[in-house]
Amino acid sequence: MAKTGILIETENDAVKETSLGVLTAAAGQEIIALVMDANPASVKDKLAQYGASGIVSLKPASGDILASPDLAARCLEAAVNEYGLDALLGTASAVGRDLFARLGALMDQPMVSDCVAVDIDAKTVKKSHFSGKTFATLRVNADLLLATVRPNAIEAVPAPAGGEILEFTADVQDPGLAVIKEIKKGDSDKLDLTEAPVIVTGGRAIKAAENYSMLEACAGKMGGAVGASRAAVDAGFAPHAMQVGQTGKTVSPKLYIACGVSGAVQHFAGMKTSKVIVAINEDKDAPIFAKCDYGIVGDIFEVVPALTEKL
Amino acid sequence: MKIFVCVKHVPDTAANIKLAGNNGFEDSEIKFVVNPYDEFGVEEAVSLVEKNGGEVVIVTVGKAAAAATIRGAMAMGAHRAILVKTQGQFLDASLTAKALKAAIEEDGAPDLIFTGKGAVDTETFQTQYRLAAALGLPVANEVSRLRIDGGKAVAEQEVGGGDRQVIEMGLPCVIGATKGLNEPRYPKFPDIMKAKKKEIKEMDISDLGIDEAAGAVVIEHLEPVPERAGAKMIEGSVQEQVTELVRILKEEEKVI
Ligand SMILES: Cc1cc2nc3c(=O)[nH]c(=O)nc-3n(C[C@H](O)[C@H](O)[C@H](O)COP(=O)(O)OP(=O)(O)OC[C@H]3O[C@@H](n4cnc5c(N)ncnc54)[C@H](O)[C@@H]3O)c2cc1C
Repeated sequence: MAKTGILIETENDAVKETSLGVLTAAAGQEIIALVMDANPASVKDKLAQYGASGIVSLKPASGDILASPDLAARCLEAAVNEYGLDALLGTASAVGRDLFARLGALMDQPMVSDCVAVDIDAKTVKKSHFSGKTFATLRVNADLLLATVRPNAIEAVPAPAGGEILEFTADVQDPGLAVIKEIKKGDSDKLDLTEAPVIVTGGRAIKAAENYSMLEACAGKMGGAVGASRAAVDAGFAPHAMQVGQTGKTVSPKLYIACGVSGAVQHFAGMKTSKVIVAINEDKDAPIFAKCDYGIVGDIFEVVPALTEKL
Repeated sequence: MKIFVCVKHVPDTAANIKLAGNNGFEDSEIKFVVNPYDEFGVEEAVSLVEKNGGEVVIVTVGKAAAAATIRGAMAMGAHRAILVKTQGQFLDASLTAKALKAAIEEDGAPDLIFTGKGAVDTETFQTQYRLAAALGLPVANEVSRLRIDGGKAVAEQEVGGGDRQVIEMGLPCVIGATKGLNEPRYPKFPDIMKAKKKEIKEMDISDLGIDEAAGAVVIEHLEPVPERAGAKMIEGSVQEQVTELVRILKEEEKVI
């Protein structure tokens, strides 16, 4: 059994859904959950329910872990050493992507990012290559396996474990290289696209920024988020933060509903590994119908409100 | 200012990738381009030098054929380039970073280094971090806004849900560029002609004392992501269509 650390992400003292899938990626191993910005007591039950035998609040002896990504990476390194971890996994979120890359560089250890499957014992992972066109199986030849897991790629399954809170203070210093000065809040508390289990995307056919409220109503009924194609972003209907695709976000939700999106290869690059893809398009010959699971030929301004109603 | 931009030579994302053997691909018939995210780095470097003076040096670790891609980046206004030649397309990120570091240090002290946020072929998203660590420099990735100001870099990064993080670093530093930073210029014909005469200094990765085969991450197997074929088209009136869709999503696919 490999001793595996999982970097847990939280929001308002609650474990993010996406971190539960990462716990499941380590099922069968002895799991130490590492928490950065929440009270361990408030997340203990959830983490224990999904397999954590130990829970550690990642704290440096001095300095602000949330303001210095390099300090956070040093704390992670200290935890790897303290608990003799054989593997450390996290989410391929904005935080995880940054922190794990820093950690791999700091420790001069290989790191594999955005994996859709991880085999800790075999030290192999599966991940996208060529903008989602292929999957690569990679073998990591190192004592420590460092990997981030694509949100929603692994379905969370409960696996109760001890959930003991462990005390640990990392005896590390902030190298003072980069300082996070401020977080500018977006205009709303939107769910992050890369973490959303359901995404309803509007393409150029949405015609105006206001019309995204129609998609929001639909996504809202399913606990999902709203995305946009580049054509919609370029036309000024949506901010770039909402763009899905090669030059936007890579997403992998359980359900992706493309509304008035033609299905260009660069769009597919960002959403191809969604579990179920539904396309709504008025053109029966739209390329997206050749690459989705379910298709509805129709006008999004009729179909989407009817769908929202039905949900 | 002396600004280095790390540029990767990658298959065009629209290219149809034909896999060859267990872990290779046919690279002779497809078009290679400047890695799309690196273009934001080139544009930012060139406009900074246009304003403040200095030079922009492209650094590429890649196959000999990467020279053509480098010409493309130089047509955007970079002054010269260094190509560290490899045999293969897929180099372990830590080796790429070592090669970039050696090539940059040999050339002179940087004021700023740009990369893209990641490469669209291997999608490893870490070379910039490894390069920064090797040089002992600060790094910020996925930067979509940047201000260079009194020896400092103030960068903005998107951190999800539309929130943006402002990160401050001393110079020199490494910046991983992404969309939003600028609009990369489209080279005009005279720029393309001029780029043909610009210097590309070439060396082999082994000249830098790096063994290309010594990577710790090995590609065992490449396989196509299964294409979905033959979508189930849901027929009927709008009401019938949405009723059937909701039933499928709930009962068959169990995704809502
Ligand atoms: C380097 C590069 C990078 C790119 N990166 C991205 C990226 O990250 N993301 C991305 O999305 N694209 C990207 N693109 C652009 C991509 O090639 C397409 O241009 C884009 O995805 C098209 O967006 P669309 O499908 O919304 O628009 P269109 O292609 O215009 O399609 C609109 C669709 O809506 C349908 N429609 C119209 N009205 C209605 C209606 N009332 N009801 C139902 N259907 C309707 C039409 O039949 C059509 O199929 C990139 C391109 C390049 C060259």
